[in-house]
Amino acid sequence: MSKMTMVQALNLALRQEMEKDDNVIVLGEDVGVDGGVFRVTDGLIEAFGEQRVVDTPLAESAIVGMSIGMAVYGLKPVCEMQFDGFSYYTMHQIEAHASRLRWRSQGRYHVPMVLRAPYGGGVRALEHHSESREAFWAHIPGLKMVIPSGPRNARALLASAIRDPDPVIFYEPKAIYRAFREEVPEEEETFPIGRSVIAREGKDLTLIAYGAMMRPTLEAADELKRKHGVEADVIDLLTISPLDDSLLVASARKTGRVAVVHEAPRSFGPGAEVVARLVEKAFFHLEAPVARVTGYDVIIPLFSREKYYLPGVPRIIDAARKLLAA
Amino acid sequence: MPKTRIELPETIEHLSILNERGELDQTLEPAIPDALLLKLHRTMLLARRFDERLLSLQRQGRIGTFPPISGQEAAHLGAAAVLRPSDWVVPAFREMTADIWRGRSLESIIVYNNGFSEGGRVPAERNDLPISIPVGSQILHAVGIAWGMKYRGKDDVALAFFGDGATSQGDFHEALNFAGVFQVPAIFVCQNNQWAISIPRSKQTRSKTLAQKALAYGIPGIQVDGNDILAVYVAAKEAIERARAGGGAALIECVTYRMTVHTTADDPKRYRADAEVEEWRQKDPITRFHNYLVARGLLTPEAVTAEEEAIAAEIQAAVERAEEQMKGLGDPLLMFEHAYAEMPAYLKEQRADFIRFMAEAQEEEKHV
Repeated sequence: MSKMTMVQALNLALRQEMEKDDNVIVLGEDVGVDGGVFRVTDGLIEAFGEQRVVDTPLAESAIVGMSIGMAVYGLKPVCEMQFDGFSYYTMHQIEAHASRLRWRSQGRYHVPMVLRAPYGGGVRALEHHSESREAFWAHIPGLKMVIPSGPRNARALLASAIRDPDPVIFYEPKAIYRAFREEVPEEEETFPIGRSVIAREGKDLTLIAYGAMMRPTLEAADELKRKHGVEADVIDLLTISPLDDSLLVASARKTGRVAVVHEAPRSFGPGAEVVARLVEKAFFHLEAPVARVTGYDVIIPLFSREKYYLPGVPRIIDAARKLLAA
Repeated sequence: MPKTRIELPETIEHLSILNERGELDQTLEPAIPDALLLKLHRTMLLARRFDERLLSLQRQGRIGTFPPISGQEAAHLGAAAVLRPSDWVVPAFREMTADIWRGRSLESIIVYNNGFSEGGRVPAERNDLPISIPVGSQILHAVGIAWGMKYRGKDDVALAFFGDGATSQGDFHEALNFAGVFQVPAIFVCQNNQWAISIPRSKQTRSKTLAQKALAYGIPGIQVDGNDILAVYVAAKEAIERARAGGGAALIECVTYRMTVHTTADDPKRYRADAEVEEWRQKDPITRFHNYLVARGLLTPEAVTAEEEAIAAEIQAAVERAEEQMKGLGDPLLMFEHAYAEMPAYLKEQRADFIRFMAEAQEEEKHV
């Protein structure tokens, strides 16, 4: 065990998967000599050479289109988008091919690739560097959409994503790339894609979040306990799609009061799907309408106003208190 | 410093060996074994006759919309015939002659075009991708496959087909650029059939040729008479052999013509003149190749008649097999298959609900 940031933990996952399997190829813009703009691929080119850590020309669609070809040929490409805001060039390749080749070829081919992209706000960045568009990907059948919330689960989920036989979009919450450290075991660790976890147990209400929003959500749960004597169940989705609703439904049946937290815009966001599942499977247990604490349906503001857009502890507490009063 | 000039190739090679008047450039005539020449001829004829049959099946409502290939047989086959089974083909959607050559069954084509995904399954012994409909997007996959071949030290190639319209897409340019940078064995075969639905080649790009676009990416480009199978074969052979030897990618522009509709939902009379179609009919790739083989004493009118009869029987048998096969393909539950390696829980729930709904609907029908 050693204490690692998420960047170091992701690097460990890449390094170990590359050591295990020479089909694993890392490619993208500045991932080689520069080690990635966030240094997630730091040192990999020295360890594995430029045959396996490939600095590509600047063209996102080509990086993904080429990865699809590599994957059907039997390799396991892990490609990096420098920021999620530049990944929309790849939407066509992902929607038209990565997600469909298994179906189109009726099981003859599959596309075991991973698309890594830092996402989300909170780093005082330029336009196009702070969005949370996970719903785009989660809406596409045939794709998996994963968002870790800390160093340890980031490492385990990235290892699972690389081994997964289907294409995985892996969003990294850049706001917490280096915000805190966790113990990460040196030996291999994976975590199943398509499973959520209980991050904290309580009986009075349920808070559902993922990615960078897990920290303010857990802080809000602390404060609710400390100041109001309220015990919150906190669920970390980890995989947005395929969404595991078993814990959500069980918790909603137990507490009857649920809030879902994400920084993506509210309408048609992942929270909407969470609410729909709860309405379908826990409707008669609900004591109050399910609350959504989310980004607003606007372009995320530049950083001087970003803090008003991003959900934080006070907004989560506000929603929780309304739920408890209902 | 004064203005200087940077040397670039100023010309693009155009290759024609057997022209539409039947004139043969003997200095360029390839040494193709007689048996292979006859097999190429038979495959082109089979593709043409099958295409005609598919059109009549579509008009009778026995299959759905499909993109006919008539006129482009030489531009498909000249390139595909150079490949080995271990090479990969990355098709667009109008390269049926190459599919047939590579071993795709006629009945799978009928089944697919009648709305059954089962017809799109690529058999394990064939290294080809299924068709790709969004124009130009598949070209990049050939680069990735070729990258894998180079990484694994194979001397195979990945051959991508696409049309003149695709050369306007970003993915085409990105593919050529990546293939050039990585020096991978990707062969880009452009079917310049003059029309992207209603947009003529002249409105697709201001460039004089499509082949010259290769030069910007540092790879060789050549334009060939795409209705001359000998020229397509020679150009493809040169490019493929160079790629096998580590010489990297190449672009081959086959100048050909889409003799019929874009798809069966299209009406070309809205945008092109009959006279133009007639002009290209004189350049038909099969007639030309036929005359060449007759002149060489490899083909006789009697042999062609026998071949036509055998092809008609082969097509008829395939239609019958396909129609028989489709009777057994009605199971709607198959739509839930092949989304993921393992079906997620929510999809299992949707599937179970569909089964319940269908059973109840059937039950209700009984009582009406």
